[in-house]
Amino acid sequence: MSDPLNAAALLANFVVVPAVAYGSQLALGALGVTLIYGILRFSNFAHGDTMAFGTMITILFTWWFQSMGLSLGPLPTALIALPFGIVLCAAFVLLCDRTVYRFHRANRADPVIFVIASVGVMFVMNGLVRFIIGPDDQNFSDGQRFIIKAREFKQMTGLSEGISIKVSQGITVVTMIIVVAALFWFLNKTRTGKSMRAYSDNEDLALLSGINPDRVVAVTWILAAALATIAGTLYGLDKSFKPFTYFQLLLPIFASAIVGGLGNPLGAIAGGFVIAFSEITVTYAYKKFANYIVPGDWKADGLMQLLSTNYKFAVSFLILLMVLLFRPTGIFKGKSV
Amino acid sequence: MKKILLSSVIAASLCAAGASQADGHGGDVKIGVFLGLTGPIESLVANMAPAAEQAISEVSESGKFLDGKKVEAVRADTTCVDAAAATAAIERLITSDKVSGVVGGDCSGVTTAALTNVAVPNGMVMVSPSATSPALSTVEDNGLFFRTAPSDARQGVVMTEVIMDRGIKEVAVTYTNNDYGKGLADAFQTAFEAAGGSVTISASHEDGKADYSAEVGSLAAAGGEVLVVAGYIDQGGKGIIQGSLDTGAFDTFVLPDGMVGDALPEAIGPDLNGSFGQAPGTDSEGAGIFAEMAEGYDGTSPFAGESYDAAALILLSMQAAGSSDPADYKGKLMDVANAPGEQILPGELAKALEILAGGGDIDYVGASNVELIGAGESAGNYREIEIKDGALSTVGYR
Repeated sequence: MSDPLNAAALLANFVVVPAVAYGSQLALGALGVTLIYGILRFSNFAHGDTMAFGTMITILFTWWFQSMGLSLGPLPTALIALPFGIVLCAAFVLLCDRTVYRFHRANRADPVIFVIASVGVMFVMNGLVRFIIGPDDQNFSDGQRFIIKAREFKQMTGLSEGISIKVSQGITVVTMIIVVAALFWFLNKTRTGKSMRAYSDNEDLALLSGINPDRVVAVTWILAAALATIAGTLYGLDKSFKPFTYFQLLLPIFASAIVGGLGNPLGAIAGGFVIAFSEITVTYAYKKFANYIVPGDWKADGLMQLLSTNYKFAVSFLILLMVLLFRPTGIFKGKSV
Repeated sequence: MKKILLSSVIAASLCAAGASQADGHGGDVKIGVFLGLTGPIESLVANMAPAAEQAISEVSESGKFLDGKKVEAVRADTTCVDAAAATAAIERLITSDKVSGVVGGDCSGVTTAALTNVAVPNGMVMVSPSATSPALSTVEDNGLFFRTAPSDARQGVVMTEVIMDRGIKEVAVTYTNNDYGKGLADAFQTAFEAAGGSVTISASHEDGKADYSAEVGSLAAAGGEVLVVAGYIDQGGKGIIQGSLDTGAFDTFVLPDGMVGDALPEAIGPDLNGSFGQAPGTDSEGAGIFAEMAEGYDGTSPFAGESYDAAALILLSMQAAGSSDPADYKGKLMDVANAPGEQILPGELAKALEILAGGGDIDYVGASNVELIGAGESAGNYREIEIKDGALSTVGYR
């Protein structure tokens, strides 16, 4: 018997919900990368470890608040600690800019020099994080864990397939929407935001019209640090915090930013979702899903899997390759790489 | 030219310093501790490296080793995953640090690379405490490679028994995409199907990735009563379990050696209760003694005892051969590890050195009940575990 409701629930549980949450995390990370690329004109390889650094500070504050008994009820305590993480991470990133990047900027160095310098910053941050909080997994989520559990959903609806949505997934999506809205408002409506876009479009012209470059650079770093800390904390809440994983997050984040169009904030968001959805939908085994929607005696024996999950990274790289070949500026018009 | 001169001057002065430290006993003996200090099993290595070093310092402080020579441990990082980095690291141990034996490597892939590319050409003895790939049983090693961990071919059989004894006939398998994961998954699938069970899917996962929704989705679609996770505790294995629990795909997990550790129930929480598995381990007297004498680390952590034993075996066979040259002592490892002879438990290395110096025989038992079989690998004792009330508890030994 065909059963479209169960099929939809199945797909929502294993494809849509995780892909939306993962896509939001990638989008926030890619926004930071794209901002740096658009305004400071280099690919910041230290972004993954900036995420780890900001998250680490957030975690330390979370533990402190937890020990004082501070809590947000059903929401994770990390949300109170987040602003502190952002402030300290921004301070640290500004320090990096002052000690490392400012010198090269004054010399008008090639982007590749910035990129290599950022690799150096990446290793320093990576080491610092491991030194302070250790290489192990850290668990810092508290409060309620699920908005709705698979089992409760089944009882509520009488379906045989459950949908589970975690609190962290809900928070991720809501935060992503708020942050993106605030960022766009900032870039499009405020004076500083406009001067940042002007600086991004044409540096010399912007300088001639009296825009203070130091200020633009500082604000860019602060925004990037804030985005990195938020993305990292949400990711840590949803999965777990481990410096090694954050380092590896760099790859899908860059893929998202490039697919969407480097330097284009809208593109970063679209890219995040494209990467997340393509990784999951192409490699999902549709056996159960098909069995719900086709008549009973057509039951599938095989897994009905387009590609084995081994190839899920191949999928995102294929998309990256196609975009670079046919539309080097990305889905939305960004800068060509 | 200038650089070469400079480095040879430095090398010469270092040698001189080393010789003067040894108080005229003809130089220290150095043992490489070649483990994944960083990478996917760094939290296990945090207990393995100190265990190996404890055996080394125990021998060194006894003053009975090769007429009073000191032994020194030199650490090097295998990274567990990067064969090139591991090869460079063991190259450094052999050519620059001049070690006389190597404890390690840890993960099967890097161990194979280090062994075939560097250790065998240089005639260096390697004793791995944790490389369990079945492929290492048949590798061309000129009698230089040993392991105090059993091959996964054996673990596949034990895991089958553990699962079958619980009346479970249908499982899904996911493994970490490397020599260890693939070897264990294949060994298990062969054993399980031979015993009449069925494997619905055997899918790999990559370590250190951001998200495992896709893997969990296809595992869930394939179905099965339990999910066998042949992965790493700090890496993809944990991500898969968390994802499966969150989406309600699986409730019970089977945990092989790479997944057994206190970090897992701590990270996952009460949902993990009821999951079970096995790791090399023994209830022998040695394991208990070792757990008590472990200083500053956890002696019950997987492979900690094996690491102690690996270091001890190298040093005891040196003593038996009366030489720290790998070519001389490589043939003694099997003699020292197996009967006949006086049984040696952890903490009794000084006594063993004395017996060997007097020309006697020992049967090293150590922390992991060492018995070397075949091409020089442990016969294998496994501890069956179950997660109860958020902690690992031992069900029995197989």
